Amino acid sequence: MGEEVKLFRTWSSSFALRIVWALKIKGIEYETVFEDLSNKSPLLLQYNPVHKKVPILVHNGKPIAESFVILEYIDETWKQAPLLLEDPYERAKARFWAKFGDDKVLTSVWNVFIKQGKEQEEALVAATENLKFLEEEMKGKKFFGGERIGYVDLALGFLANLISIFEEIIGLKIVDEEKFPSLYSWMQDFAEAPIIRDNWPPRDKMIVKFQALLDATIASSSSSSK
Amino acid sequence: MGEEVKLIGSIQSLFSFRIEWALKLKGVEYEYIKEDVRNKSPLIFKYNPVHKKVPVLVHGGKPLPESLVILEYIDETWKDCPLLPEDPYERAMARFWAKYCDEKIWQAYMAEGEEKEKAMGPALESLAFLEKEIKGKKFFGGEKIGFLDLAVGWIPHWLNVLEEVGSMKLLDAEKFPSLHEWAENFIQIPPVKECIPPREELVSYFHSALIYLRSLSANKP
Repeated sequence: MGEEVKLFRTWSSSFALRIVWALKIKGIEYETVFEDLSNKSPLLLQYNPVHKKVPILVHNGKPIAESFVILEYIDETWKQAPLLLEDPYERAKARFWAKFGDDKVLTSVWNVFIKQGKEQEEALVAATENLKFLEEEMKGKKFFGGERIGYVDLALGFLANLISIFEEIIGLKIVDEEKFPSLYSWMQDFAEAPIIRDNWPPRDKMIVKFQALLDATIASSSSSSK
Repeated sequence: MGEEVKLIGSIQSLFSFRIEWALKLKGVEYEYIKEDVRNKSPLIFKYNPVHKKVPVLVHGGKPLPESLVILEYIDETWKDCPLLPEDPYERAMARFWAKYCDEKIWQAYMAEGEEKEKAMGPALESLAFLEKEIKGKKFFGGEKIGFLDLAVGWIPHWLNVLEEVGSMKLLDAEKFPSLHEWAENFIQIPPVKECIPPREELVSYFHSALIYLRSLSANKP
């Protein structure tokens, strides 16, 4: 097609992974540019001056930031293997759940991981409430998109692997198979889907990274007096 | 289409107004159900159990919350007077800036003291972008109102209320002359003019809302 597609990302960003998965599902050729966020390249700052973050998709020289905005752009530009369904109501629901995933689920799950004591207990209550909504939405379906992986699956996909990493590090169950049977089963199916499985950062590296983040947070909160 | 359209909204919610404007622009008949956000009815809990907020659009009995999601749904369902541009890149830009403006200006309003100084930066940045975008155009959508006009359409009437209540100055007519002119034009278009709420009511509501919101964050551990 003679089109140039570049993806600026880091090795572990869950948001960037959404874009990797989308491009692979649609069979789009692209070039990866790895960024070190502690030493951002001039190109990154040029392409995303507002947020200075990844992911950034650059299509024929035109940059787009914000992973959901990028996902919709990809879906509208390359029509094969659609991520969003045709029906406007289904599309609206998908956008709603994707946003809910980022705004509420990710935040509450992150708080369960990073907080301690009473704050962690409260975070777990909030996370459980949020996960219940997803459990309800998931009932009777293999993926949120139905038989095939779709927009919401890509949006929430970080849960499939990150949650088990968090659970391993903190020794606390977040998605209990008995409490959340549909969600649990989705997590297994999604993580094992070939495109997802082959494009997930190495688990041991992720564990090291998040353990270090947790250690640093604990160290800084015990050394500062509130 | 023949299916019933209801909008559950509130005069206190600047997000509700976007939906009214969109429906009016597209000539969609709808029933407006008024909510008081300080005293929520069972309807809100039924139609938006996740967030319990307005606006909610109910089309043929099927509920939809989240104003920007609703706007896209309206655009896809009623094809008259399209809100989003055709070109995928232009659409991406409209979505990006709608989201950014929502987040940053609101943060500036909520913040206090040192936090506010920090929050002003991104808020002003979003206004600077809008200023650049609107130069030479009547509306963000061109000759006609589009998605971004509706998304930031709260600025003309609400921003100076938020500025007064939030003790901040953002939309300076000298610094942002084109945006200021857009704001004057936007307020005059019939669907918008028809449903502008009285300023005093807004000031009083946002003043008490701010106190409440700040007390919530102050009480967080």
